[in-house]
Amino acid sequence: MCGIVGLFLKDKALEPKLGAMLSEMLVSLSDRGPDSAGIAIYGAATGNEAKITVQSPKPDRDFRGLDAELAKAIGAPVSVAVKSTHAVIRTTPDKVDTAREALQTLRPDIRIMGAGEAVEIYKEVGLPEAVVDRFDVRSMTGTHGIGHTRMATESAVTTMGAHPFSTGADQCLVHNGSLSNHNNMRRELIRDGMKFETENDTEVAAAYLSNRMAHGKNLGEALEGTLSDLDGFFTFVVGTKNGFGVVRDPIACKPAVMAETDQYVAFGSEYRALTKLPGIDNARVWEPEPATVYFWEH
Amino acid sequence: MPANTMSKAERDQSHARVFDLSQHTLRELNQALHKLTPGSNETAWEVLNPKGSHSVAVGVDQPVSIDVRGSVGYYCAGMNDGAAITVHGSAGPGVGENMMSGSIVIKGDASQYAGATGRGGLLVIEGNASSRCGISMKGIDIVVHGNIGHMSAFMAQSGNLVVLGDAGDALGDSIYEARLFVRGKVESLGADCIAKEMRPEHLELVQGLLDRAGVTGVKASEFKRYGSARKLYNFNIDNADAY
Repeated sequence: MCGIVGLFLKDKALEPKLGAMLSEMLVSLSDRGPDSAGIAIYGAATGNEAKITVQSPKPDRDFRGLDAELAKAIGAPVSVAVKSTHAVIRTTPDKVDTAREALQTLRPDIRIMGAGEAVEIYKEVGLPEAVVDRFDVRSMTGTHGIGHTRMATESAVTTMGAHPFSTGADQCLVHNGSLSNHNNMRRELIRDGMKFETENDTEVAAAYLSNRMAHGKNLGEALEGTLSDLDGFFTFVVGTKNGFGVVRDPIACKPAVMAETDQYVAFGSEYRALTKLPGIDNARVWEPEPATVYFWEH
Repeated sequence: MPANTMSKAERDQSHARVFDLSQHTLRELNQALHKLTPGSNETAWEVLNPKGSHSVAVGVDQPVSIDVRGSVGYYCAGMNDGAAITVHGSAGPGVGENMMSGSIVIKGDASQYAGATGRGGLLVIEGNASSRCGISMKGIDIVVHGNIGHMSAFMAQSGNLVVLGDAGDALGDSIYEARLFVRGKVESLGADCIAKEMRPEHLELVQGLLDRAGVTGVKASEFKRYGSARKLYNFNIDNADAY
């Protein structure tokens, strides 16, 4: 099954409530997937700061003293904000790649959840409620975000197997469904320089989109490509620095419902996820068409 | 309003047993409906705050009326056998699945496989229905005021599907003896589904269904009929090479 949600705010007044709204949406779909949950939240990009969200199986050991050691290694200021098993490392945008490399040496057990100017990604094994509480997602502000609660079908229930998957700066993806040509596609993408952390099919979809956008496609064009290049069942919800997109495979057996008002565009696997959004009773509510790309950008 | 000036429906409504799903569980609602016996005086029910709940009013087997105020999730009114159920909102996947008799009216849209495998009764969708509407229908009548999605009436065996708007790809794929009537455009027909002549009995049939579904201002002659070419019924020896 799996449950996915997405929320793209048009009304700035709602931005302080993004984390709370998205959390509510995700928790309402808990019975669609009890294995693991995750959320990606996009804050406003300032242009002079980059964020790397990392995870450690031993946060006490790995995050202690990391700011000073990493700052010394990359020769730039670094701050580290720890949230449970995750930490958000802030530095200057030009030092992100250097920092990623330095982390491999300084803290080999650390896994990178995602990086960019706007995105922070939190995911763990457990129910959405537990994951949302653990990372205090409800207090987070932002412009848009996506979330996922997983019922695993084709790869292990681990932190790294949880969604969202991020394979490019400020890009991430959540997926309901299963892909059947992911092994072949992974090999093709590796040949083109993409890197993978897991055996998971969804990571391949995320990397496919990142790869196409790296080749100059915009989000809409990259999503369009999934319809011919990815085989299997999928409803994808995708986030980028300033955008949010949705696409369903041509068979469209994975459920999806969307709502739009003057204040937001929202996505849920089911209508249940949308019922507590402000003004939902008067929102335009519709089921996204199969094989049709929808995206919104700020 | 004094009781003697009310219509029967209004009188029923005023005595409706109200079930608020923000106060009671879904199981309490469905158990109360399942406890109804023939001749019960509790003939009118109103369900408040469904908020996308699954399986609202499934398996009702008494001729009561149920008004659901809001949108519902999966499988609403499934297996209905005699009740008149109205959803004043939209319905999730599988609304009216395997209905036996009675009626279901969805004031908004319906998600995929509305009326799947239905054996009888009337399902009316006043908005659009998405993919696989009437899949494997076995005697149900379905009237959709708007459009229907792809693969609708797949393997439909009997009953009637009347669509005032357009139909998506592969309408009536592998259809048996169900009758399909579409007023608008059909994106494509599925395997073994063909356009057929509207004969007087079909005009009468469609008009009857439009009347029962409360559709006005639309003539039966505006519809085209589709059904089985009956070429997939039996193995054709000339196709042996294909296996």
